[in-house]
Amino acid sequence: MISAWEKVSLARMAERPKSLDYINEIFTDFIELHGDRNFGDDKSIVGGIAKLDGMPVTVIGEQKGKKAKENMERNFGMPNPEGYRKALRLMKQAEKFKRPIITFIDTPGAYPGMGAEERGQGEAIARNMLEMANLKVPIICIVIGEGSSGGALAIGLGDKVAMLENAVYSILSPEGFASILYKDASKAKDAAENMKITAQDLKDLNVIDDIIEEPEGGAQNDLSSIANNLKKYIIKSIEELNKLSVEEMLQNRYEKFRKIG
Amino acid sequence: MVIDKVKKVNKVEERVKNEKASDMLIGKWVKCDNCKEILYKDDVHKNYSICPNCGKHFRLSARRRIKQIADEESFQEIGTEIHTKDPLKFDGYLKKVEALKEKTKIEEAVKCGICKINGEEAVLAVMDGNFMMGSMGSCVGERITLAIETSIEKRLPLIIFCVSGGARMQEGIISLMQMAKTSAALAKHNEEGLLYISVLTDPTTGGVTASFASLGDIILAEPDALIGFAGPRVIEQTIKQKLPEGFQKSEFLLEHGFIDKIVDRRDMKNVLAELIKLHKKI
Ligand SMILES: [Zn+2]
Repeated sequence: MISAWEKVSLARMAERPKSLDYINEIFTDFIELHGDRNFGDDKSIVGGIAKLDGMPVTVIGEQKGKKAKENMERNFGMPNPEGYRKALRLMKQAEKFKRPIITFIDTPGAYPGMGAEERGQGEAIARNMLEMANLKVPIICIVIGEGSSGGALAIGLGDKVAMLENAVYSILSPEGFASILYKDASKAKDAAENMKITAQDLKDLNVIDDIIEEPEGGAQNDLSSIANNLKKYIIKSIEELNKLSVEEMLQNRYEKFRKIG
Repeated sequence: MVIDKVKKVNKVEERVKNEKASDMLIGKWVKCDNCKEILYKDDVHKNYSICPNCGKHFRLSARRRIKQIADEESFQEIGTEIHTKDPLKFDGYLKKVEALKEKTKIEEAVKCGICKINGEEAVLAVMDGNFMMGSMGSCVGERITLAIETSIEKRLPLIIFCVSGGARMQEGIISLMQMAKTSAALAKHNEEGLLYISVLTDPTTGGVTASFASLGDIILAEPDALIGFAGPRVIEQTIKQKLPEGFQKSEFLLEHGFIDKIVDRRDMKNVLAELIKLHKKI
């Protein structure tokens, strides 16, 4: 048994595959598209069009770096409002051209900076959720590493929400939780155990639908095997969702979040 | 916070006056935390809990807010069957909630109902910052969603007064998911072509800002309210510098295009009624 705290460490590990690793491994012909047509291009979110077994799809992912320099460029995977607005633009584009949407979630949270506030971080996150609830194409969301706070949920409202076995999904980091509720950030380890943040916890709470198995020791040990599991899962989910009418799909999507807690 | 200090001084009186404990102003006298003027409590209450000297809008309990907005005797509460949940089985949480309910006589951080505003029927949800800082957990999310669904079902305009410190940490991921739930419900509301007015009051932050607070067709705010996603302290720790004066205040948000109008509390009821009338189908 891997403890919740050990999973936090695994989920944050530098060597752990990031969104672009999965995108390049699972899809072909990926063309990255940039910018929110409003302010700029946020590199902490990548997105574009790719083929999944020949079928065009829209893929979006929160992107952390593996090395210091890339991490700086990617703002450690903490999006600004323009990142969420880029994601929304690409999702609306997917709807127009009837492409399924796949999102990869991996963020310590939305960036808490001055510019983010000036440009409406709260509005950007809220708008994405409202729009995602009504997009008329299948949406598959996968937490691949760290899914933290509204920053994760902003690309996390879908028909299927899955987590990799060692990913974590939480209201905020265990460190933040410990400093608020235990008044001691060093109690993060205890916090992690009590917060119910593992894939199994979230499946039990009906917050996620499925858990995707990782290779022994974690995803970093065998990218091609886990990417293969993910690909199968995504294809199967899209096939299932394609059997439903748009109305049924949207109703199910609504009910899924309506009945949580 | 000066008001907090006043509260402490009057602790004994507070226990006696359980019914009024939910209000920010306790005791006969109160010092305005803005202009430092000593004010007679009754004068403040008669003035919509606004400082008669400098116009500072003090924080309001849901009970007082409803009194100010809804026509007399018109508020019919809904969602009282929805209670606090403890999905994490978090140590001491429900005990704390029970003690707080007992002390404040407030049921949870939001009160919802159907009411009339200058004769116009509407669904009204009012958050209460005196209950765990207006944080959103399962109960708040469920009640807000019920208010949205009631508004759809009865084809009524929806008004939500927001005040929140953010997510209810003790409910973990379930509290986060209330953002998705309420936003999805508002997506339905939006499709139905119904009016939603969101009113932001001091403070509106975190998960509430990043969900229903920011999704109004029209977004109003009280003057000088703190409104943001991240709290000022978190931002200061991140950028390692002090924030400029007025950052994340209503006037700042108006300047940056995120709210439609700042409304003085004394005009709020009339402005809401006018907006509702302008959206009536002829
Ligand atoms: Zn004053």
